[in-house]
Amino acid sequence: MSNLAQAPVPQIEVPPIDYGAIAPLLIVLGAACVAVLVEAFLPRHQRWPAQVALSVVALGLAGLALGLYAGSSGPEGITTISDALAIDRPTLFLWGTLLALGLGSILLIADRSVEPGGAFIASAATRAAAGAGGGPGPIDDPDDRSYGSADQAPTMQTEVFPFTLFALGGMMAFCAANDLLTMFIALEVLSLPLYLMCGLARRRRLLSQEAAVKYFLLGAFASAFFLYGLALLYGYAGSVRFTDIAAAATGSGRSDALLLGGFALLVVGLMFKASVGPFHTWTPDVYQGAPTPVTAFMAACTKVAAFGGILRVLSVAFGDTRWEWRGVLWAIAIISMALGAVIGLTQTDVKRMVAYSSVAHAGFLLLGAMSITAQGISGTLFYLLAYGFNTLAIFGVISLVRDADGEATHLSQWAGLAKRSPVVAGVMAFLLLALAGIPLTSGFTSKFAVFSAALADGMAPLVIIALVASAVAAFFYVRVIVLMYFSEPAPDGPTVTVPGAFTTAAITLGVIITLLLGIVPTLALSWAGSGTFVG
Amino acid sequence: MTTGGSVLLLVLLVLPLVGALVVAPMGGDARRAKLVALGFALASLVLTALTWASYSVADATGGARFQLEFSIAWIPAFGTRFALGVDGIALVMLALIAVLVPIVMAFSWEEKLPEDRTPAGFYSLILATQGLLVGVFAATDVFLFYVFFEAMLVPMYFMIGRFGGPRRQYAAVKFFLYSLLGGLIMLASVIGLFVVSGEQLGSGTFTWTELQAMAAGVDEGTQIWLFLGFFLAFAIKAPLVPFHTWLPDAGAEAPVGAGVLLVGVLDKVGTFGLLRYCLPLFPLASQRLAPLVLTLAVVGVLYGALLAVGQTDMKRFVAYTSIAHFGFIALGIFSFSSQAFAGATLYMVNHGISTGMLFIVVGLLITRGGSRLVGDYGGVSAVAPLLAGAFLVAGLSSLALPGTNSFVSEFLVLVGSYPRQPVYTILATAGIILAALYVLWMYQRTMQGPLRGSAVLGALERAGGPGTMLDPAVSAKRPGSGFPDLTRREIAVVTPLIVLIVALGFFPGPVLDVITPSVVATMNEVGLADPVEGLSP
Repeated sequence: MSNLAQAPVPQIEVPPIDYGAIAPLLIVLGAACVAVLVEAFLPRHQRWPAQVALSVVALGLAGLALGLYAGSSGPEGITTISDALAIDRPTLFLWGTLLALGLGSILLIADRSVEPGGAFIASAATRAAAGAGGGPGPIDDPDDRSYGSADQAPTMQTEVFPFTLFALGGMMAFCAANDLLTMFIALEVLSLPLYLMCGLARRRRLLSQEAAVKYFLLGAFASAFFLYGLALLYGYAGSVRFTDIAAAATGSGRSDALLLGGFALLVVGLMFKASVGPFHTWTPDVYQGAPTPVTAFMAACTKVAAFGGILRVLSVAFGDTRWEWRGVLWAIAIISMALGAVIGLTQTDVKRMVAYSSVAHAGFLLLGAMSITAQGISGTLFYLLAYGFNTLAIFGVISLVRDADGEATHLSQWAGLAKRSPVVAGVMAFLLLALAGIPLTSGFTSKFAVFSAALADGMAPLVIIALVASAVAAFFYVRVIVLMYFSEPAPDGPTVTVPGAFTTAAITLGVIITLLLGIVPTLALSWAGSGTFVG
Repeated sequence: MTTGGSVLLLVLLVLPLVGALVVAPMGGDARRAKLVALGFALASLVLTALTWASYSVADATGGARFQLEFSIAWIPAFGTRFALGVDGIALVMLALIAVLVPIVMAFSWEEKLPEDRTPAGFYSLILATQGLLVGVFAATDVFLFYVFFEAMLVPMYFMIGRFGGPRRQYAAVKFFLYSLLGGLIMLASVIGLFVVSGEQLGSGTFTWTELQAMAAGVDEGTQIWLFLGFFLAFAIKAPLVPFHTWLPDAGAEAPVGAGVLLVGVLDKVGTFGLLRYCLPLFPLASQRLAPLVLTLAVVGVLYGALLAVGQTDMKRFVAYTSIAHFGFIALGIFSFSSQAFAGATLYMVNHGISTGMLFIVVGLLITRGGSRLVGDYGGVSAVAPLLAGAFLVAGLSSLALPGTNSFVSEFLVLVGSYPRQPVYTILATAGIILAALYVLWMYQRTMQGPLRGSAVLGALERAGGPGTMLDPAVSAKRPGSGFPDLTRREIAVVTPLIVLIVALGFFPGPVLDVITPSVVATMNEVGLADPVEGLSP
C-alpha cells in the first residue's frame, strides 16, 4: 500500500464528504441493506416484527439526524461529494417531509389486521405456500378467492419493507441531487422498487400485475426520455451539473436547440414521475391496481420527490432561461389541471378518482414550481407536505372500507357509509374537503400559498384556471360525501374493518397534520421558507 | 398593530361552536340535546345584547371604524391576523342572528326529521352555522372573512343534504357547488388583493383598514378585476339574478329551520359583503360598474316578483320573494347615498325578520297539511285563525305595508336612490305593486274562502273520520288533530317576530342610530358626497 501511495501516478482524490449532512440518507439506505439481510437470514415468522422495527427505528434515527443537522447548520446550505448532492434548506424540508410520509406509509404497509396477514404477496403460489390459499386446487387461478382468514395467520411478503426503504432513499437522493447523473441514478433507485411493490397485491392479482407491468414499461420509457435529455444537455453545457448548465445557458452563443431539446426531454421524464398531465396515463391504473398502502406511499412520497426534483432543476439549472420554457409549462399546467378535474368527474372507482385528483393537484403544484421566487419555492414545499399527508390518510381510509372480495373501491359501494361507521365517514369527508381546498384544512392554506406566489409572479390567468379547476374537482369530492351521508346504504354493502393500531396511527397522523396545517400553518411555512436552493 | 383587545366578540364566535361540539354526540337523548342547544343559543342572545350595549354610537360618530376589536397574529407569512371587530352594520347583523337562532330552534322542536336522523345532529349544525356566521360578520381581516365565508357552507350543506325534503341531495350539491365556485373565484381576488397590497405597502396585508386606506392608490383596471371576483361571489350568495337558481331549490328542499337561516341570515352575507368589501375596497370599480349591478338589481326585483306570483310551491314562493327583496337591497347599496345605504342595511335586518317569519308560517302550514303546494290549501282561516293572522302579518311585512318594519327600509332605499338613479328607482317601484299582488293573492288562495284543497280536507278527514269534514269547527276544537290552530309553542315562536315587525315599523330609531355612523363612514370611503343632503351622523 505504501508503494502505491508514493508512486507518481495522479491519484483519484476522495472527495470530502460531509457525513453529518447526508446522515439521514445514509441511515435509510443502510437500513434498506440490513433489511435485505434480515429477509435472507431470519426465519419467516420473525421477519415481520424485525422488519417493522427496523424500518421504524431507521426512519426515526434518520429524522433525528436530520433534526440535529438542521438545528446546527445555517440557512445557506452546502454541496458535498464533489457537488453531487446539495444539502440546503429545501432539501432538508423535503427530507423531513419524505421521512414523515415514509413513516406513515410504513405504518399502513405493516398493518396485518385490516387485510388478514397483510396486503402483500409475491405470487399466487406463495400465497398457497404461506398457508393463505390452502388446500389443493388450481393455485394460479387469478380468480381464486380463498384468501385465507385471520386465524390461519398467513404471513405477508416482507420484502416490501426493504423495497420501501430503498425507494425512500432514492427519493431523498433525488431531491438532493445536484447534477443530472446523480438525479438519474436516484430516479432508478426510487423507481425499481416501486415497480415491484405495485405487483404485490394479495387480492385482484391480475390488476396488480397489470399495474406493475404498465408502470414499469411507461417508467422505463420516461427514464429513457430523461437520459436522452441528459445527454443533450451534456452536449450543450459540457457538464451535467445544474450550475454549469445555468452558466452555459446565460453566457454562451451556442445554439439553443440542444438546450431546449434537452430541457424538453428532461421535463417529460420528470413530469411522468410527478404524474402531471398529459404524462399521467399510468396514474389511474397503477393507483387502482397497486395494494392500497403502496398506492398511499407512491401518491404521497413520489409526488414529493418528483416535485422536489422539478423545483431544483427549474430554479437552479433553468432559472435564468425561464422565459424561454415558461410557455410550455403553462400549457402543461393547464392540461394537467383540466384533465385531472374533468376526467375525475367520470370516475366510478375511489382510487381512480383520487388518482385523477392527484393529476389536478400536480397542475396546481406546477404553478408554484414555475414561479421561481422564494415564495414559489416555499409555497410548493408547503403544498407537498400538506398534500402528502392528506393523500396518505385518504388511502388509509380507503383500505378500511371492504367487502368479502377485499377493498370496496367502487363508489356505489360507499353509499350510506356514514350510517354504519360515522367516524370513518367523518374522517373521509374531512379529508375530501381538504382536497377540495375548504378553509380550515391544509388544502386551503397550501393552495393559497402556491396561488399567491403564482399571482405575484404574473400568472393571473393560470390562477383563475386553477381555481375553476378546483371548483370542478370539488364536484367529485362532494359526490363522495353525498354518497356517504345522504344516500341509503345498499343491503349488501361493504363493511368497515376495525383498523389495527398501525393504520389507525397513520390515519390519525394524516388527519391531525391536515387540520393543524389548516389552522396554524405558521411553523411549517416558516420552515419551508427558511432558505433557497444552493447553486 | 395591537394585539388582544375585547374578547366579547371572540366569545360570541366560539360559544356556538363549542355548543355544536357539545350537542353533536347527544344523539340518544333528543330532548336533552335540544335543551342544551337552546341554552347555548339563549346565552349567545344575552352576549349579543351585551355586545349591543357595549357598542358606542358616540365613538362610531367620532370616527372609530370598528369597535370591540380583538386581534392576534395568525399566519404572518400570509399577512393575516385573527382580527374581529364590529361596526354598526355588522352589529345589527349579529343581533339578527342571535334573535333568529333561538326562534328557529323553538320552531324545529317537533320537526319531523328524515328517518334515522336525530335532532342532536340538526341542532348541532344550527349552532355551527351560527358561530361561523358570527365570524363572517365580525371579521375585520379579509382572509379571515374568506375562511368563514367558505367554512359556513359546510354545516349548511349538511343541514340541507341530511335533513331536507325529497330532492335534498340535488339541492344540497347545487347549493354547495354554486357557492364554492363563487368562493373560489373570490379567492383569486383575495390573493390578488394580497399581491397588490404587497406592491403598494411593501408587505402584503389582509387587514381591512389598511386595505381600505390603500384603495385610492390602486388603478381602476386592477380594481375592476378584483371587484369582479368579490362581486361574483356575493352575487351568487345574495343571490342576484342571474346567479339565483340555487336558492329556490335549496330553500324548497331545506328543512324550514335551515331555510330561515339560509334566506334570513346566510344570504345577507352577500349584500353585507357588497357593502363592507366591494364598495370601500374598490371604490373606483364600484362606481364604474354600478350600472351593471343596478341593472341586475332591478331585473331581480321584477323577475323575482313575477316568478313569485307564478309559484305553486310555497317554499319556492318565499325563495322568489327573497330574490326580489335582494334586488332592492342591491339597488340601495349601489346608489351611493347615505339614506340608501342605511335603508339597505335596515332592509337586511327587516328582510331577515319578515321573510324568516313568512318561512316559518309556511312551515307551520306544511307540518299540518303535509304538502308544499299552494293548490292543496284553501280557507285555512276558518279552522286556524291565528295561523292565518300570522301569515297575514308576515305577508304584509313582506309587501312593506306602512306600519311594518319593511316599509321604513324600502322607503329609505327608494328615497335615497332616486336622486342619483331615478330611472332604476322608478322601475324598482313597480316591484312594490307586484309584491302586493303576490302576497295578497297567496293569502287569498290559501287562507280565505271556503275550506278546500286536499291537504286541508285530508287532515280534517283523518282527524274526525268521514263526514266531520263538513263541520270543520268540530275537528278544529279537538287539539292535536285535524288542522289545528297555533299551539302554545308556535305562538311563542311567532310572537317575538310579530313584535319586532311592528316595533321596528314604528320605532326604527334605535337601529338606525346604530347603523348611521357606519354608513356615513362607508360613504366617505367610497369618496362620494350625498347627492342631496344625507343623514348626518
